[in-house]
Amino acid sequence: MKKWLEPFSTAWVGVVTHKLRSSLTILGIVIGVAAVIALMSIGRGATSEILSRIEGMGSDLITISPGASTFGGVRSAAGSVRTLTQEDALAIEEQVDYIGNIAPVYSTSLQVVVGGENMNSQITGVPTDYQDIQDLEIAYGTFFSDYDYQRAAKVVVLGSEVKETLFGDADPVGQQIRMGTNVVRVIGVLESKEGMMGSSPDNSILVPLTAIQQMVAQQKTSQGDRIVSSIVLTVSDEEQVESVIEEITSLLRNRHRLLPGVDDDFRIMSIQEIAATVSEAAGTMTLLLGAIAAISLLVGGIGVMNIMLVSVLERTREIGIRKALGAREHDIWIQFLIEAAFLSLAGGIIGVIIGWLIAYFVNNSGMMTTIVSADIVILAVSVSVGIGLFFGFYPAWNASRLNPIEALRSD
Amino acid sequence: MIRLKDITKVYPMGRRELKVLRGVSLNIEKGEIVAIMGPSGSGKSTMLNLLGCLDKPTSGSYYLEGREVSRLSSGELAIVRSQKIGFVFQSFNLLSRLSALANVELGMRYAGGIDRRRAREALEKVGLSERTNHRPTELSGGEQQRVAIARALVKNPPLILADEPTGNLDSRSGAEIISILTSLHAEHGITLVMITHDPDIASHCQRIIHIMDGQVESEEKR
Repeated sequence: MKKWLEPFSTAWVGVVTHKLRSSLTILGIVIGVAAVIALMSIGRGATSEILSRIEGMGSDLITISPGASTFGGVRSAAGSVRTLTQEDALAIEEQVDYIGNIAPVYSTSLQVVVGGENMNSQITGVPTDYQDIQDLEIAYGTFFSDYDYQRAAKVVVLGSEVKETLFGDADPVGQQIRMGTNVVRVIGVLESKEGMMGSSPDNSILVPLTAIQQMVAQQKTSQGDRIVSSIVLTVSDEEQVESVIEEITSLLRNRHRLLPGVDDDFRIMSIQEIAATVSEAAGTMTLLLGAIAAISLLVGGIGVMNIMLVSVLERTREIGIRKALGAREHDIWIQFLIEAAFLSLAGGIIGVIIGWLIAYFVNNSGMMTTIVSADIVILAVSVSVGIGLFFGFYPAWNASRLNPIEALRSD
Repeated sequence: MIRLKDITKVYPMGRRELKVLRGVSLNIEKGEIVAIMGPSGSGKSTMLNLLGCLDKPTSGSYYLEGREVSRLSSGELAIVRSQKIGFVFQSFNLLSRLSALANVELGMRYAGGIDRRRAREALEKVGLSERTNHRPTELSGGEQQRVAIARALVKNPPLILADEPTGNLDSRSGAEIISILTSLHAEHGITLVMITHDPDIASHCQRIIHIMDGQVESEEKR
């Protein structure tokens, strides 16, 4: 046998001789490593799922809504702009670069009646571009056209849930519905789509902005600007989202005549920003999960130390014999250290396999997406070996320091 | 081969000191076969530990093959043990989870590396070529001691130290062990030092050293 292999075969014999004890020790590490891998992969999977959902809404999307900070007397000056207006949207479109599409949105709530069915629904007045901006798919019928928009046609496109409530399984296209005091015609139904921040298009009825302005009295500012509920827009170059936000901010502050030091009276949210925030939070969550799992790995490591201490005690005589045969301190030390490292490496490898299987089954069960990445595996295995070496160090050192005469005398 | 000069060994015992060896001087020539006899507590085990480089004397000098070893570090002593000294213990001290062959190989493990062929030869010399794969628990006491002798022998040390090698054996196995040891001595010219209680066994040696109260009381040459 090669000389360098001898400590390994000695350690192997040491492990195999006490099968139950070794497997229990390995089990401790297995549980730790499997927990780290399974939890980290679940965390990573959840993060990427959330992110892909958010980005599915369009990573170039920006929403401007009236500010949360329009309180505290800052709006007291006569003639100041109260909130967002259609004219703000126009100004942004004209003065800010990299704007793809832009749509002022006016939302209100109206009683909607179809035959016996009756519901209070959110009515959203939008320009035709809104379909592109929000990436809305039509399930039946069509979206309203530019022509419908220009002549303020009384046509509506229903969100999928609204359609469910009002029509059930029936085809609503071409049907008349009463909305407040007006009768409008349904020309299309939207595909169901996840919304942002609770405002799913599924629950709303889309109308041409021009039409809703005729149906309800739109609020106006003192200068006669038409107030809107929000402005949505896309940025033509995703790289420019931040600079676009900056430009819009300064433009709106200027238009709303906000003095320096006064808070914005509007709020700008980009999907990118939300994604970044969510991803950061999810990353922290994943780390936390990993840290909890790492505690069980630590406990497993203490198990290794425990077993190695017992093993050294039990094999005191063997150590004495080896020393009498000429083993030096480092021979003994290496023997026990390799044994500890072997136990935890075996635990690490089995733990990776089990953790991977758990992640695989969780993924396939459809409950959650899990992602096992190489870095987690490498980390878990190297940490487990590190733990073996760390917790094996003291018992091995103890063993190597035994006095051969006393060791030989022990039972 | 061995030269001891004014060796003392003192163990602290609480506030007092226990003087186990009080100035032992003796020479053992290369190829000699020597018995050390003495009542229990006379210091003969301590002396064997010192001769085997398992321990260091409190004072005095120990020259092994002309080299002063009494001041070496524990690591250097381990190297001396691995190269120069083979032990045969009263209680055999085999590793019960290893086969006879693996136990013999262990004798080479720290002395330059394992050579399976030589391990088999050593077992053959002690008449155990049929039992190489048996574990110590499957062997009789005499057979176990023969494995231990093979283990001591396998690295060809110049010195073999035996601590009551027949102490745990019946008289027949004991006689076998002694005849193996003496024939190995005759064959290889190994220096053999053994501790024994048994005058019969001592009678096979060329020289008997009697130890009493930590001192050499008398020597008889045969």
